[in-house]
Amino acid sequence: MSQKMSSQAYADKPARSANMKVVEGSYAVAHAVMCCLPDVISAYPITPQTHIVEHLSQMVADGELDSEFLTVDSEFSALSVLVGASAAGARSYSSTTSQGLALMYEVLYNVSGMRLPIVMNVANRALSAPLNIWNDQQDSIGARDVGWLQIYVEDVQEAVDATLQAYKIAEDPAIRTPIMVCMDGYILTHVYEPVELLDKELSREFLPPFQPENILDPSDPKTFGAFADPTTYTEFRYLQFEAQQKALGTIEKVAKEFEETFGRYYGGLVDSYRAEDAEIVIVTMGSVIGTIKDAIDAKRAEGKKVGLVKVRSYRPFPVQALRKTLKDASVIAVLEKDVAIGGEAGLLTDLKAALYNSSIRTPIIGFTAGLGGRDITIKDIRKIVEKADAARKKIESEFEFLDLRMEIL
Amino acid sequence: MEIKAGKLVDPCSTQITKTGAWRTFVPVVDHKECIKCNLCEIFCPEGCIHQVSSKDVDALLKYGYKPDQISSLPKDDILFVPDLNYCKGCSVCAHECPRKAIEMFLEEK
Repeated sequence: MSQKMSSQAYADKPARSANMKVVEGSYAVAHAVMCCLPDVISAYPITPQTHIVEHLSQMVADGELDSEFLTVDSEFSALSVLVGASAAGARSYSSTTSQGLALMYEVLYNVSGMRLPIVMNVANRALSAPLNIWNDQQDSIGARDVGWLQIYVEDVQEAVDATLQAYKIAEDPAIRTPIMVCMDGYILTHVYEPVELLDKELSREFLPPFQPENILDPSDPKTFGAFADPTTYTEFRYLQFEAQQKALGTIEKVAKEFEETFGRYYGGLVDSYRAEDAEIVIVTMGSVIGTIKDAIDAKRAEGKKVGLVKVRSYRPFPVQALRKTLKDASVIAVLEKDVAIGGEAGLLTDLKAALYNSSIRTPIIGFTAGLGGRDITIKDIRKIVEKADAARKKIESEFEFLDLRMEIL
Repeated sequence: MEIKAGKLVDPCSTQITKTGAWRTFVPVVDHKECIKCNLCEIFCPEGCIHQVSSKDVDALLKYGYKPDQISSLPKDDILFVPDLNYCKGCSVCAHECPRKAIEMFLEEK
Protein backbone atom coordinates (compact mmCIF):
# COMPACT_ATOMS: atom_id res chain seq x y z
CA MET A 1 0.00 0.00 0.00
CA SER A 2 2.87 2.38 0.72
CA GLN A 3 4.33 4.52 -2.05
CA LYS A 4 0.92 4.55 -3.72
CA MET A 5 0.93 8.31 -3.34
CA SER A 6 3.90 8.50 -5.69
CA SER A 7 1.16 7.70 -8.19
CA GLN A 8 2.02 4.90 -10.53
CA ALA A 9 -0.64 6.20 -12.89
CA TYR A 10 1.26 9.43 -13.54
CA ALA A 11 4.42 7.53 -14.42
CA ASP A 12 2.47 5.28 -16.79
CA LYS A 13 0.95 8.16 -18.68
CA PRO A 14 3.54 10.86 -19.30
CA ALA A 15 1.19 12.45 -21.81
CA ARG A 16 -1.04 13.50 -18.92
CA SER A 17 1.37 16.13 -17.70
CA ALA A 18 0.92 17.89 -21.05
CA ASN A 19 -2.70 18.56 -20.07
CA MET A 20 -1.78 20.11 -16.76
CA LYS A 21 -2.54 23.75 -16.15
CA VAL A 22 -1.34 26.02 -13.37
CA VAL A 23 -4.59 27.29 -11.86
CA GLU A 24 -5.93 28.47 -8.55
CA GLY A 25 -7.37 25.71 -6.34
CA SER A 26 -10.77 27.38 -6.28
CA TYR A 27 -10.87 27.56 -10.07
CA ALA A 28 -9.89 23.91 -10.37
CA VAL A 29 -12.74 22.92 -8.04
CA ALA A 30 -15.23 25.19 -9.85
CA HIS A 31 -14.15 23.60 -13.12
CA ALA A 32 -14.71 20.14 -11.61
CA VAL A 33 -18.20 21.19 -10.48
CA MET A 34 -18.90 22.40 -14.02
CA CYS A 35 -17.94 18.96 -15.34
CA CYS A 36 -20.48 17.40 -12.94
CA LEU A 37 -23.22 19.39 -14.74
CA PRO A 38 -25.19 20.52 -11.69
CA ASP A 39 -28.72 21.74 -12.42
CA VAL A 40 -28.88 24.12 -9.46
CA ILE A 41 -26.13 25.95 -7.58
CA SER A 42 -26.84 28.08 -4.55
CA ALA A 43 -24.26 29.58 -2.25
CA TYR A 44 -23.45 32.62 -0.15
CA PRO A 45 -19.95 34.03 -0.49
CA ILE A 46 -17.68 33.63 2.53
CA THR A 47 -13.89 33.67 2.74
CA PRO A 48 -12.06 31.42 1.81
CA GLN A 49 -14.81 29.73 -0.22
CA THR A 50 -15.74 32.85 -2.25
CA HIS A 51 -13.59 32.18 -5.31
CA ILE A 52 -15.17 28.77 -5.92
CA VAL A 53 -18.68 30.18 -6.27
CA GLU A 54 -17.45 33.34 -8.03
CA HIS A 55 -15.92 31.18 -10.73
CA LEU A 56 -19.11 29.12 -10.98
CA SER A 57 -21.23 32.26 -11.22
CA GLN A 58 -18.97 33.45 -14.05
CA MET A 59 -19.24 30.13 -15.86
CA VAL A 60 -23.04 30.33 -15.71
CA ALA A 61 -23.02 33.98 -16.85
CA ASP A 62 -20.70 33.13 -19.75
CA GLY A 63 -22.94 30.28 -20.87
CA GLU A 64 -20.16 27.80 -20.20
CA LEU A 65 -22.33 26.00 -17.66
CA ASP A 66 -26.08 25.51 -18.06
CA SER A 67 -27.14 25.74 -14.41
CA GLU A 68 -29.55 27.76 -12.32
CA PHE A 69 -27.32 29.90 -10.05
CA LEU A 70 -29.37 31.23 -7.15
CA THR A 71 -28.03 34.09 -5.06
CA VAL A 72 -29.50 34.14 -1.57
CA ASP A 73 -29.36 36.10 1.69
CA SER A 74 -27.48 33.54 3.80
CA GLU A 75 -26.03 30.05 3.97
CA PHE A 76 -29.21 28.90 5.68
CA SER A 77 -31.15 29.91 2.57
CA ALA A 78 -28.50 28.56 0.20
CA LEU A 79 -28.80 25.04 1.51
CA SER A 80 -32.58 25.34 1.96
CA VAL A 81 -32.88 26.22 -1.75
CA LEU A 82 -31.01 23.03 -2.55
CA VAL A 83 -33.34 20.93 -0.38
CA GLY A 84 -36.18 21.89 -2.71
CA ALA A 85 -34.07 21.63 -5.83
CA SER A 86 -32.67 18.22 -4.99
CA ALA A 87 -36.07 16.87 -3.94
CA ALA A 88 -37.40 18.06 -7.31
CA GLY A 89 -34.74 15.94 -9.01
CA ALA A 90 -32.04 18.53 -9.69
CA ARG A 91 -28.35 17.75 -9.22
CA SER A 92 -27.45 20.38 -6.64
CA TYR A 93 -24.24 22.02 -5.47
CA SER A 94 -23.12 24.40 -2.76
CA SER A 95 -19.93 25.41 -1.05
CA THR A 96 -19.26 27.08 2.27
CA THR A 97 -16.96 27.29 5.28
CA SER A 98 -16.75 28.05 8.99
CA GLN A 99 -19.55 30.43 10.13
CA GLY A 100 -21.46 29.64 6.96
CA LEU A 101 -21.45 25.93 7.74
CA ALA A 102 -22.49 26.73 11.31
CA LEU A 103 -25.43 28.76 10.00
CA MET A 104 -26.47 25.79 7.82
CA TYR A 105 -26.54 23.43 10.77
CA GLU A 106 -30.30 22.88 10.95
CA VAL A 107 -30.53 22.34 7.20
CA LEU A 108 -27.62 19.87 7.20
CA TYR A 109 -29.81 17.45 9.16
CA ASN A 110 -32.77 18.06 6.85
CA VAL A 111 -30.68 17.26 3.78
CA SER A 112 -29.29 14.01 5.20
CA GLY A 113 -32.60 13.02 6.81
CA MET A 114 -34.45 13.49 3.52
CA ARG A 115 -31.65 11.54 1.81
CA LEU A 116 -30.85 14.25 -0.73
CA PRO A 117 -27.51 13.62 -2.47
CA ILE A 118 -26.20 17.19 -2.41
CA VAL A 119 -22.46 17.76 -2.81
CA MET A 120 -20.79 20.62 -0.97
CA ASN A 121 -17.17 21.71 -0.88
CA VAL A 122 -16.17 22.93 2.57
CA ALA A 123 -13.16 25.26 2.43
CA ASN A 124 -12.06 24.50 5.99
CA ARG A 125 -11.67 27.53 8.23
CA ALA A 126 -11.55 28.37 11.95
CA LEU A 127 -14.65 29.47 13.87
CA SER A 128 -15.26 32.61 15.92
CA ALA A 129 -14.73 33.77 18.65
CA PRO A 130 -11.99 34.97 18.61
CA LEU A 131 -12.54 36.11 15.04
CA ASN A 132 -10.21 34.30 12.70
CA ILE A 133 -10.51 33.59 9.00
CA TRP A 134 -7.50 31.29 8.58
CA ASN A 135 -7.49 27.56 8.02
CA ASP A 136 -8.20 24.75 10.43
CA GLN A 137 -10.79 21.95 10.38
CA GLN A 138 -12.96 22.74 13.39
CA ASP A 139 -15.92 23.61 11.14
CA SER A 140 -16.48 20.29 9.37
CA ILE A 141 -15.24 18.15 12.27
CA GLY A 142 -17.88 19.91 14.37
CA ALA A 143 -20.45 18.72 11.83
CA ARG A 144 -19.31 15.11 11.88
CA ASP A 145 -22.59 13.74 13.28
CA VAL A 146 -25.05 15.46 10.92
CA GLY A 147 -25.38 12.41 8.68
CA TRP A 148 -23.29 13.68 5.75
CA LEU A 149 -20.39 11.76 4.30
CA GLN A 150 -17.07 13.59 4.67
CA ILE A 151 -14.02 13.23 2.44
CA TYR A 152 -10.83 15.13 3.34
CA VAL A 153 -8.43 15.89 0.50
CA GLU A 154 -4.71 16.44 0.44
CA ASP A 155 -4.10 18.65 -2.57
CA VAL A 156 -5.92 20.52 -5.32
CA GLN A 157 -5.88 17.61 -7.75
CA GLU A 158 -7.52 15.39 -5.16
CA ALA A 159 -10.11 18.11 -4.42
CA VAL A 160 -10.99 18.17 -8.13
CA ASP A 161 -11.18 14.40 -8.43
CA ALA A 162 -13.02 13.90 -5.13
CA THR A 163 -15.72 16.37 -6.21
CA LEU A 164 -16.58 14.26 -9.27
CA GLN A 165 -16.37 11.06 -7.23
CA ALA A 166 -18.61 12.64 -4.58
CA TYR A 167 -21.64 12.89 -6.89
CA LYS A 168 -21.24 9.27 -7.95
CA ILE A 169 -21.08 8.12 -4.32
CA ALA A 170 -23.90 10.37 -3.09
CA GLU A 171 -26.31 9.57 -5.93
CA ASP A 172 -25.84 5.79 -5.72
CA PRO A 173 -29.39 4.51 -5.05
CA ALA A 174 -28.14 2.41 -2.12
CA ILE A 175 -26.41 5.43 -0.51
CA ARG A 176 -28.51 8.57 -1.23
CA THR A 177 -26.56 10.60 1.29
CA PRO A 178 -25.06 14.10 0.93
CA ILE A 179 -21.28 14.61 0.93
CA MET A 180 -18.92 17.30 2.11
CA VAL A 181 -15.64 17.41 0.21
CA CYS A 182 -13.40 19.11 2.77
CA MET A 183 -10.37 21.04 1.54
CA ASP A 184 -8.14 23.26 3.64
CA GLY A 185 -9.02 26.93 3.17
CA TYR A 186 -6.30 29.12 1.56
CA ILE A 187 -3.76 26.28 1.55
CA LEU A 188 -5.78 24.56 -1.16
CA THR A 189 -8.39 27.11 -2.24
CA HIS A 190 -5.95 29.94 -2.94
CA VAL A 191 -2.83 28.09 -4.01
CA TYR A 192 -1.80 28.01 -7.67
CA GLU A 193 -0.45 24.62 -8.64
CA PRO A 194 -0.36 22.37 -11.68
CA VAL A 195 -3.65 20.52 -12.01
CA GLU A 196 -5.04 18.24 -14.63
CA LEU A 197 -8.51 19.69 -15.13
CA LEU A 198 -11.30 17.18 -15.70
CA ASP A 199 -12.27 16.30 -19.23
CA LYS A 200 -15.95 17.13 -19.78
CA GLU A 201 -16.70 14.10 -21.96
CA LEU A 202 -14.91 11.65 -19.67
CA SER A 203 -16.70 13.14 -16.68
CA ARG A 204 -20.05 12.66 -18.38
CA GLU A 205 -19.22 9.03 -19.04
CA PHE A 206 -18.05 8.53 -15.48
CA LEU A 207 -21.03 10.20 -13.82
CA PRO A 208 -24.43 9.12 -15.12
CA PRO A 209 -27.33 11.63 -15.00
CA PHE A 210 -29.10 12.10 -11.67
CA GLN A 211 -32.26 9.99 -11.90
CA PRO A 212 -33.86 9.67 -8.48
CA GLU A 213 -36.66 7.15 -8.01
CA ASN A 214 -38.92 9.69 -6.28
CA ILE A 215 -39.12 13.42 -6.88
CA LEU A 216 -41.41 16.30 -5.95
CA ASP A 217 -43.91 16.32 -8.79
CA PRO A 218 -47.36 18.02 -8.69
CA SER A 219 -48.85 15.27 -10.85
CA ASP A 220 -47.75 12.61 -8.33
CA PRO A 221 -47.63 14.44 -5.00
CA LYS A 222 -45.31 13.23 -2.25
CA THR A 223 -43.92 14.61 0.98
CA PHE A 224 -40.21 14.37 1.86
CA GLY A 225 -39.15 14.29 5.50
CA ALA A 226 -42.65 14.06 6.91
CA PHE A 227 -43.47 13.65 10.59
CA ALA A 228 -42.23 10.44 12.23
CA ASP A 229 -43.39 9.64 15.75
CA PRO A 230 -41.47 7.51 18.29
CA THR A 231 -42.70 4.30 16.65
CA THR A 232 -40.72 4.90 13.42
CA TYR A 233 -38.11 7.66 13.98
CA THR A 234 -35.42 5.21 15.14
CA GLU A 235 -35.80 3.18 11.95
CA PHE A 236 -35.19 6.25 9.77
CA ARG A 237 -31.95 6.94 11.64
CA TYR A 238 -31.03 3.28 11.25
CA LEU A 239 -31.52 3.50 7.48
CA GLN A 240 -29.10 6.46 7.39
CA PHE A 241 -26.62 4.56 9.54
CA GLU A 242 -26.88 1.54 7.25
CA ALA A 243 -26.39 3.68 4.12
CA GLN A 244 -23.17 5.16 5.59
CA GLN A 245 -21.90 1.64 6.33
CA LYS A 246 -22.65 0.68 2.72
CA ALA A 247 -20.82 3.81 1.58
CA LEU A 248 -17.57 2.30 2.93
CA GLY A 249 -17.67 -0.07 -0.04
CA THR A 250 -19.00 2.49 -2.50
CA ILE A 251 -16.23 5.00 -1.76
CA GLU A 252 -13.62 2.30 -2.50
CA LYS A 253 -15.46 1.18 -5.61
CA VAL A 254 -15.87 4.70 -7.03
CA ALA A 255 -12.20 5.50 -6.33
CA LYS A 256 -11.20 2.44 -8.37
CA GLU A 257 -13.61 3.30 -11.19
CA PHE A 258 -12.14 6.79 -11.21
CA GLU A 259 -8.66 5.33 -11.53
CA GLU A 260 -9.77 3.23 -14.50
CA THR A 261 -11.17 6.27 -16.30
CA PHE A 262 -8.76 9.02 -15.25
CA GLY A 263 -5.66 7.16 -14.06
CA ARG A 264 -5.48 8.77 -10.62
CA TYR A 265 -5.97 7.06 -7.27
CA TYR A 266 -5.69 8.39 -3.75
CA GLY A 267 -6.75 5.38 -1.76
CA GLY A 268 -10.43 4.84 -1.16
CA LEU A 269 -11.08 5.16 2.56
CA VAL A 270 -7.50 5.48 3.74
CA ASP A 271 -4.09 5.72 2.13
CA SER A 272 -0.59 5.39 3.45
CA TYR A 273 2.94 6.54 2.81
CA ARG A 274 5.96 4.44 3.77
CA ALA A 275 3.76 2.80 6.39
CA GLU A 276 4.37 -0.85 5.48
CA ASP A 277 7.29 -1.39 7.82
CA ALA A 278 6.80 1.76 9.91
CA GLU A 279 7.07 1.61 13.69
CA ILE A 280 5.94 5.18 14.28
CA VAL A 281 2.80 5.98 12.31
CA ILE A 282 1.28 9.45 12.01
CA VAL A 283 -2.46 9.52 11.28
CA THR A 284 -3.94 12.70 9.83
CA MET A 285 -6.21 14.33 7.23
CA GLY A 286 -5.91 17.15 4.71
CA SER A 287 -3.19 19.34 3.24
CA VAL A 288 -0.67 18.91 6.07
CA ILE A 289 0.16 15.53 4.53
CA GLY A 290 2.64 17.08 2.06
CA THR A 291 4.71 18.48 4.93
CA ILE A 292 4.53 15.19 6.81
CA LYS A 293 5.78 13.25 3.77
CA ASP A 294 8.85 15.48 3.58
CA ALA A 295 9.45 15.05 7.30
CA ILE A 296 9.08 11.28 6.94
CA ASP A 297 11.60 11.18 4.10
CA ALA A 298 14.08 13.07 6.31
CA LYS A 299 13.44 10.78 9.28
CA ARG A 300 13.81 7.70 7.08
CA ALA A 301 17.17 8.99 5.90
CA GLU A 302 18.17 9.11 9.57
CA GLY A 303 17.10 5.48 9.90
CA LYS A 304 13.83 6.06 11.78
CA LYS A 305 10.97 3.88 10.58
CA VAL A 306 8.27 6.52 10.31
CA GLY A 307 5.16 6.29 8.14
CA LEU A 308 1.87 8.03 7.47
CA VAL A 309 -1.75 6.91 7.30
CA LYS A 310 -4.11 9.33 5.67
CA VAL A 311 -7.79 9.21 6.57
CA ARG A 312 -9.64 10.16 3.42
CA SER A 313 -13.14 9.19 4.50
CA TYR A 314 -13.88 10.54 7.98
CA ARG A 315 -17.61 9.78 7.66
CA PRO A 316 -18.18 6.91 7.36
CA PHE A 317 -15.25 6.23 9.68
CA PRO A 318 -13.23 3.38 8.13
CA VAL A 319 -12.82 1.20 11.23
CA GLN A 320 -11.79 -2.04 9.48
CA ALA A 321 -9.46 -0.32 7.00
CA LEU A 322 -7.68 1.48 9.86
CA ARG A 323 -7.36 -1.69 11.94
CA LYS A 324 -5.78 -3.40 8.94
CA THR A 325 -3.42 -0.54 8.11
CA LEU A 326 -2.33 0.12 11.69
CA LYS A 327 -2.00 -3.43 12.98
CA ASP A 328 1.81 -3.53 12.84
CA ALA A 329 2.60 -0.05 14.17
CA SER A 330 4.34 0.14 17.52
CA VAL A 331 3.08 3.66 18.28
CA ILE A 332 0.45 5.92 16.67
CA ALA A 333 0.43 9.72 16.71
CA VAL A 334 -2.71 11.52 15.54
CA LEU A 335 -2.31 15.05 14.20
CA GLU A 336 -5.37 17.14 13.51
CA LYS A 337 -6.52 20.72 13.02
CA ASP A 338 -9.45 20.62 15.40
CA VAL A 339 -10.14 20.35 19.09
CA ALA A 340 -13.15 18.95 20.92
CA ILE A 341 -13.07 21.34 23.85
CA GLY A 342 -13.93 19.35 26.97
CA GLY A 343 -12.88 16.13 25.24
CA GLU A 344 -9.86 15.59 23.04
CA ALA A 345 -10.23 15.88 19.26
CA GLY A 346 -12.37 14.23 16.60
CA LEU A 347 -9.96 11.98 14.76
CA LEU A 348 -8.11 10.93 17.93
CA THR A 349 -11.29 9.96 19.76
CA ASP A 350 -12.70 8.09 16.77
CA LEU A 351 -9.45 6.25 16.12
CA LYS A 352 -9.12 5.14 19.74
CA ALA A 353 -12.72 3.93 19.64
CA ALA A 354 -12.06 2.06 16.39
CA LEU A 355 -9.11 0.15 17.84
CA TYR A 356 -10.45 -0.50 21.35
CA ASN A 357 -12.30 -3.76 20.61
CA SER A 358 -9.58 -5.07 18.29
CA SER A 359 -6.43 -6.96 19.19
CA ILE A 360 -4.35 -3.82 18.56
CA ARG A 361 -2.94 -2.54 21.84
CA THR A 362 -0.66 0.10 20.34
CA PRO A 363 -0.24 3.31 22.35
CA ILE A 364 -1.98 6.28 20.73
CA ILE A 365 -1.19 9.93 21.40
CA GLY A 366 -2.87 12.94 19.85
CA PHE A 367 -1.94 16.48 18.89
CA THR A 368 -4.06 19.43 17.91
CA ALA A 369 -2.12 21.84 15.71
CA GLY A 370 -2.58 24.45 13.04
CA LEU A 371 -5.57 26.05 14.77
CA GLY A 372 -6.60 29.41 13.34
CA GLY A 373 -4.08 29.06 10.54
CA ARG A 374 -0.86 28.54 12.48
CA ASP A 375 1.69 26.86 10.21
CA ILE A 376 2.58 23.25 10.85
CA THR A 377 6.24 22.91 9.95
CA ILE A 378 8.65 20.03 9.45
CA LYS A 379 10.11 20.96 12.84
CA ASP A 380 6.67 20.36 14.39
CA ILE A 381 6.41 16.96 12.73
CA ARG A 382 9.87 16.05 14.04
CA LYS A 383 8.67 16.98 17.54
CA ILE A 384 5.65 14.69 17.13
CA VAL A 385 7.87 11.83 15.98
CA GLU A 386 10.13 12.30 19.02
CA LYS A 387 7.19 12.36 21.42
CA ALA A 388 5.67 9.30 19.75
CA ASP A 389 8.99 7.50 20.02
CA ALA A 390 9.08 8.22 23.76
CA ALA A 391 5.44 7.15 24.15
CA ARG A 392 6.37 3.59 23.18
CA LYS A 393 7.83 3.21 26.67
CA LYS A 394 5.56 5.57 28.58
CA ILE A 395 2.77 7.95 27.56
CA GLU A 396 3.57 11.33 29.11
CA SER A 397 0.55 13.06 27.62
CA GLU A 398 -2.35 11.42 25.79
CA PHE A 399 -3.43 14.60 24.06
CA GLU A 400 -1.78 17.97 23.77
CA PHE A 401 -1.76 21.29 21.97
CA LEU A 402 1.33 21.20 19.80
CA ASP A 403 3.61 24.20 19.82
CA LEU A 404 1.69 25.94 22.62
CA ARG A 405 3.11 29.41 23.33
CA MET A 406 3.53 29.13 27.09
CA GLU A 407 5.18 32.57 27.25
CA ILE A 408 1.92 34.41 26.48
CA LEU A 409 -0.33 32.38 28.74
CA MET B 1 -46.30 -0.48 7.44
CA GLU B 2 -43.06 -0.29 5.51
CA ILE B 3 -41.06 2.91 5.77
CA LYS B 4 -39.30 4.66 2.88
CA ALA B 5 -35.86 6.23 3.34
CA GLY B 6 -36.01 10.00 3.74
CA LYS B 7 -39.53 9.69 5.23
CA LEU B 8 -41.05 9.79 1.80
CA VAL B 9 -44.83 9.62 2.02
CA ASP B 10 -47.93 9.98 -0.14
CA PRO B 11 -50.43 12.80 0.53
CA CYS B 12 -52.60 12.74 3.68
CA SER B 13 -49.91 11.12 5.81
CA THR B 14 -51.06 13.08 8.84
CA GLN B 15 -54.35 11.16 8.76
CA ILE B 16 -52.47 7.88 8.85
CA THR B 17 -50.29 8.96 11.77
CA LYS B 18 -52.46 8.79 14.88
CA THR B 19 -51.28 11.62 17.12
CA GLY B 20 -53.80 11.04 19.93
CA ALA B 21 -51.19 8.93 21.75
CA TRP B 22 -49.55 12.18 22.99
CA ARG B 23 -52.58 12.85 25.24
CA THR B 24 -52.40 12.90 29.03
CA PHE B 25 -55.94 14.17 29.76
CA VAL B 26 -59.01 13.06 27.86
CA PRO B 27 -62.14 15.23 27.37
CA VAL B 28 -65.47 13.67 28.36
CA VAL B 29 -68.61 15.44 27.11
CA ASP B 30 -71.78 15.51 29.18
CA HIS B 31 -74.21 15.40 26.24
CA LYS B 32 -77.23 16.17 28.48
CA GLU B 33 -75.65 19.50 29.51
CA CYS B 34 -74.54 20.36 25.95
CA ILE B 35 -76.56 23.20 24.32
CA LYS B 36 -75.06 22.65 20.81
CA CYS B 37 -73.43 26.12 20.80
CA ASN B 38 -70.63 24.85 18.55
CA LEU B 39 -67.84 26.63 20.47
CA CYS B 40 -65.83 23.47 21.21
CA GLU B 41 -65.82 22.53 17.54
CA ILE B 42 -64.73 26.05 16.54
CA PHE B 43 -61.98 26.39 19.13
CA CYS B 44 -60.48 22.90 18.89
CA PRO B 45 -56.93 23.59 17.58
CA GLU B 46 -56.79 20.13 16.00
CA GLY B 47 -60.19 20.47 14.30
CA CYS B 48 -61.06 17.08 15.69
CA ILE B 49 -64.44 17.71 17.37
CA HIS B 50 -67.16 16.52 15.04
CA GLN B 51 -70.97 16.65 14.97
CA VAL B 52 -72.21 13.08 14.90
CA SER B 53 -75.68 11.56 14.99
CA SER B 54 -76.06 9.35 18.06
CA LYS B 55 -77.37 6.69 15.66
CA ASP B 56 -74.10 6.67 13.74
CA VAL B 57 -72.47 3.90 15.77
CA ASP B 58 -69.64 3.38 13.24
CA ALA B 59 -68.48 6.99 13.55
CA LEU B 60 -68.67 6.89 17.34
CA LEU B 61 -66.60 3.71 17.44
CA LYS B 62 -64.08 5.26 15.03
CA TYR B 63 -63.71 8.34 17.23
CA GLY B 64 -62.91 6.23 20.25
CA TYR B 65 -66.24 5.51 22.01
CA LYS B 66 -66.63 2.09 23.54
CA PRO B 67 -69.84 0.06 22.84
CA ASP B 68 -71.09 0.33 26.44
CA GLN B 69 -70.62 4.12 26.36
CA ILE B 70 -72.61 4.38 23.15
CA SER B 71 -75.62 2.61 24.67
CA SER B 72 -75.84 5.22 27.43
CA LEU B 73 -75.80 8.19 25.01
CA PRO B 74 -78.98 10.27 24.36
CA LYS B 75 -81.04 8.72 21.58
CA ASP B 76 -81.79 10.53 18.34
CA ASP B 77 -79.59 13.53 18.96
CA ILE B 78 -76.67 15.36 17.32
CA LEU B 79 -73.59 14.98 19.53
CA PHE B 80 -70.34 16.94 19.64
CA VAL B 81 -67.68 14.25 19.79
CA PRO B 82 -63.87 14.58 20.03
CA ASP B 83 -61.97 12.23 17.71
CA LEU B 84 -59.66 10.53 20.20
CA ASN B 85 -57.33 9.35 17.41
CA TYR B 86 -56.09 12.94 17.11
CA CYS B 87 -57.22 14.75 20.31
CA LYS B 88 -54.10 15.75 22.28
CA GLY B 89 -55.95 16.62 25.46
CA CYS B 90 -55.18 20.35 25.40
CA SER B 91 -58.39 21.24 27.34
CA VAL B 92 -59.30 24.18 25.10
CA CYS B 93 -62.79 22.71 24.51
CA ALA B 94 -63.39 22.27 28.24
CA HIS B 95 -62.17 25.83 28.87
CA GLU B 96 -64.44 27.34 26.21
CA CYS B 97 -67.62 25.36 27.00
CA PRO B 98 -70.12 27.89 28.47
CA ARG B 99 -72.02 25.10 30.27
CA LYS B 100 -68.91 23.40 31.66
CA ALA B 101 -70.22 20.27 29.95
CA ILE B 102 -66.75 19.02 29.06
CA GLU B 103 -64.56 17.65 31.81
CA MET B 104 -60.94 16.54 31.51
CA PHE B 105 -59.89 13.24 33.10
CA LEU B 106 -56.41 11.80 33.53
CA GLU B 107 -56.25 9.01 31.00
CA GLU B 108 -54.72 5.77 32.17
CA LYS B 109 -53.16 3.61 29.48
